[in-house]
Amino acid sequence: MSIKKSPWIIHYDGSSCNGCDIEVLACLTPRYDVERFGVINAGNPKHADILLITGSVNEQNKSVIKNIYDQMAEPKAVVAIGACACTGHFFAECYNILGGADTVIPVDVFVPGCAARPEAIIDGVVQALSVLEEKHKKAKAG
Amino acid sequence: MDDCRVDCVINLDVSSGESMTTWIWGLLGVLLTPVVAGLVGGVDRIITARMQGRMGPPVLQPFYDVLKLFSKQNLVLNRFHHDLVICSLVFTVAAVGLFFAGENLLLCIFALVVGNVFLVLAAYATNSPYSLLGAERELLQMLSAEPMILLTAVGFYMATGGFDVSQIILTHHLPIIALPGIFLGLVYVLTIKLRKSPFDLATSHHAHQELVKGISTEFVGPSLALFEIIHWYETIFVMALVYLFFASMPILGIFAILAVYFVEILIDNTDARVKWELMLGSAWIITLIFGVGNLMILHIFQ
Repeated sequence: MSIKKSPWIIHYDGSSCNGCDIEVLACLTPRYDVERFGVINAGNPKHADILLITGSVNEQNKSVIKNIYDQMAEPKAVVAIGACACTGHFFAECYNILGGADTVIPVDVFVPGCAARPEAIIDGVVQALSVLEEKHKKAKAG
Repeated sequence: MDDCRVDCVINLDVSSGESMTTWIWGLLGVLLTPVVAGLVGGVDRIITARMQGRMGPPVLQPFYDVLKLFSKQNLVLNRFHHDLVICSLVFTVAAVGLFFAGENLLLCIFALVVGNVFLVLAAYATNSPYSLLGAERELLQMLSAEPMILLTAVGFYMATGGFDVSQIILTHHLPIIALPGIFLGLVYVLTIKLRKSPFDLATSHHAHQELVKGISTEFVGPSLALFEIIHWYETIFVMALVYLFFASMPILGIFAILAVYFVEILIDNTDARVKWELMLGSAWIITLIFGVGNLMILHIFQ
């Protein structure tokens, strides 16, 4: 129950135009204020429950994304935000792009959009909460 | 002879009764501190949010956070890491317990310092550069704040004639009248103890500082939950110190605590983090002028 009320996030921006990156930060501003739901931008993978990825994965940042994911404690969830993080979008054909976030780590929720709207991002985080709770229950059951 | 024996027995009974009551007070302090400090933390976050034009989280948010952290996986880095945090918790809880039991103020302060040192050791037990730098900064914070806190105890001794909290609390005059400088000095270093900006060098309540989370970077899940609880106990301890200045007028004391805490939140929201040189220098200058100055004047007039 409590994990649903206190989702701490960490945000990583891969290869992108920074549009979704800025929309994620917009969620923290007074207009959307996600701290109402207990969301904190932890900035530290070891403290975070949900990894928000914006932008596509390239050869250079794939190890960074994997490292951040590995450092997070269980239960954890990943939300891919925006078309680039979902599929690679118009960067997909570039020589150094691998594709969406799911090419390196398991993604639980995909939030479409270019750029994804703050409402959609908050909706994605809320969906990730039920994923977290399910993982928590599974871990408890062994 | 018989009378004397009866007298002695009665005296013994009274003293054992008194010690029972003091230990009950101590136990109450230890048990109620997490509840009160958690609520204070929740109100703090709401006021902070309102100052920034936001709604803020529910008032019970600190409890949700700590409960969640206990349910998370604990990524312990080595065999000392988590145990040192537990040691820190034990000493910090002991400091608060002894304070509420009316024991020696110096003993309480030293227990708190030992608790802090264990926290530093826990941070040193890791290989993370952020954690190591956070530990070093925590030592600097202690170096800045502890002289003033010790002088506070000395001030209470000079104003009330004893180090025992039970004795200080029973004085008929307001200690603040004799110790206004000490009070101001203590309020200055409270920003360090409460881990609030501009002196939140070792770790911050807010993310994205230059050291990630400083001293608490490597604490995960239950370890981080214990770290939060340790901070709750620290908060109540320093607030209880503020209360002691107004011990003979409890209502005034509670108002003083609320006012001081509000000022700390205001300072937190209006000031940027400073470098350690400025923190150490300013804290020692304030300690020298307000703390030592107050004691000297008190000594002359007594």
